[in-house]
Amino acid sequence: MNAWSNIKAIVKRELGGYFTSPIAYVFLIIFLLLTGFFTFTVGSFFERGEASLVSFFTWHPWLYLFLVPAVGMRLWSEERRLGTIELLLTMPVTTWQALVGKFLASWLFLALALALTFPVAITVNYLGNPDNGVIFTGYVGSVLLAGAYLAITSMTSAMTRNQVISFIVAVLICLFLILAGYEPVTGLLSRFASARVVDLVAAFSVMTHFEGFQRGVVDLRDIVFFASLMGFALFTTGVIIRSHRAG
Amino acid sequence: MIQVENLVKAFGPKLAVNNISFAVARGEVLGFLGPNGAGKSTTMRMVTGFIPPTSGTIRVGGFDVLETPLPAKRLIGYLPENAPGYADMTVQGFLSFAAELRGLRGAARRSAVDRAVELCFLENVRYQVIDTLSKGYKHRTGLAQSLIHDPDVLIMDEPTDGLDPNQKHEVRNLIKRMGSKKAIVFSTHILEEVEAVCSRVIIIDRGRIVANGTPDELKARAPNSGAAWLRVKGVPAAALTEALSGISSAANTEVLRDDEGTVEIRAYPDKTRAGVSLIRDVAELAAQQKWQLDELRTEEGRLDEVFRAITLPDTVKGH
Ligand SMILES: Nc1ncnc2c1ncn2[C@@H]1O[C@H](COP(=O)(O)OP(=O)(O)OP(=O)(O)O)[C@@H](O)[C@H]1O
Ligand SMILES: [Mg+2]
Repeated sequence: MNAWSNIKAIVKRELGGYFTSPIAYVFLIIFLLLTGFFTFTVGSFFERGEASLVSFFTWHPWLYLFLVPAVGMRLWSEERRLGTIELLLTMPVTTWQALVGKFLASWLFLALALALTFPVAITVNYLGNPDNGVIFTGYVGSVLLAGAYLAITSMTSAMTRNQVISFIVAVLICLFLILAGYEPVTGLLSRFASARVVDLVAAFSVMTHFEGFQRGVVDLRDIVFFASLMGFALFTTGVIIRSHRAG
Repeated sequence: MIQVENLVKAFGPKLAVNNISFAVARGEVLGFLGPNGAGKSTTMRMVTGFIPPTSGTIRVGGFDVLETPLPAKRLIGYLPENAPGYADMTVQGFLSFAAELRGLRGAARRSAVDRAVELCFLENVRYQVIDTLSKGYKHRTGLAQSLIHDPDVLIMDEPTDGLDPNQKHEVRNLIKRMGSKKAIVFSTHILEEVEAVCSRVIIIDRGRIVANGTPDELKARAPNSGAAWLRVKGVPAAALTEALSGISSAANTEVLRDDEGTVEIRAYPDKTRAGVSLIRDVAELAAQQKWQLDELRTEEGRLDEVFRAITLPDTVKGH
């Protein structure tokens, strides 16, 4: 119970931090503009002539590639730059609680950004008869995807007090996680390697595991993939923070 | 309340803290002195559980900081060096957050914040964002944060750094007042501060404790402590020197000034002979010789002289 109230206090502070600066609002606007642009222009939403959000969700791995690290890069680097990490970790709070609290706050913020795309869902319902179950699983997958990127960014931001570096490293890791299962890349890879190797590499990709959600298929293995990616990255964040303190 | 034993911290090959032991009881105010880079902050960071020691044990209120960090941390209020604070929060929001992490809720939390704001004179910046505060106010906000839960153990790294003289005075009084009910450790580079508020002083140099005692005990270590200082008119310095050297309780003498018939001279006590009163002997001698005494007093010894005498040799040798 105590652990939970500590986490809650940290979540509240972090979220408050987002909304006292104009950056949060700028981010939300950029996010909505970009989703709109990708969905309706690049994704040719109307030309498809089908009542689904495929053109909306397809772009999320690429959209999040920059937007999620932008949200998460300050998570720990700012704390280290300001020295407030010394304050936070000498409070009666465990490293684990601090870590989860900060992560949850940013995740909630991203979920809020995603929730604000509801007009897109309303539009398809107005225009046709989409399968709302599929739309729902698409949103679930998208939230998990954002969480995975965010956990990775949390890890890179613990590595350095420089936000720019933490951003770049996070983008690179996330890019790798996309490309490992991105069709043009897997196609290229299959020319050199056996199908088993290609599948193995693709198993590490967010693309492979996000795909099912877009089709309305909730596979336990996909959920386990995202959950363990987040768990691993957050665990590593904890290890990095501990090792910094040990000097 | 605080027991530290054989504390060692190595950063790579470098020993920042080298086998430090001390204890602080409730009602004590312990001052940490030492040159830059001596290891004061590093020691405090280990006591508060921010960094783990390379070896040694730390107990706060009976709880091992390494094995049971949470109960130990609950007892501690900590002001880190440079008083960090969340730049984007208001003073009110920041203190409120600190109170919440300290387990204070509802009315208790509000009154804790009110009390801290009052104690640290933050009323007129209460709703200002920390980023825009002046250095002194930022420091006071950090101080308020450390006091928010009225902790039994208070650890402050340079609490008066950046404060104006009035605020320095207020903070010293505050520390002194709280000192009777808490165990307090603070570091400083201001020696008068130590004399004003500490019941005990530890001087750290290059990771080791080089002196540990009350401010008076430390002052007694100054070379001129207990010396008789006198100003005499109309007697030649040589005659004074000779007469003073004849006193059994005096070790040697030193002429400090000799012009226009006025001589200032110091007689050092013979420290091998305990319990003798040099000043009384000098006064008797002066009366006997009918010297025209302008001034006669016992010198106290100054903390800055002791500090220099203890820590300077190392600084000169270089790091
Ligand atoms: N994280 C670290 N990594 C490497 N060395 C460190 C680290 N922190 C401190 N040191 C070194 O340990 C030594 C002690 O530093 P510390 O900050 O404890 O000194 P201090 O007594 O507080 O000095 P000051 O009066 O300047 O505040 C210094 O030589 C410092 O360079
Ligand atoms: Mg220091």
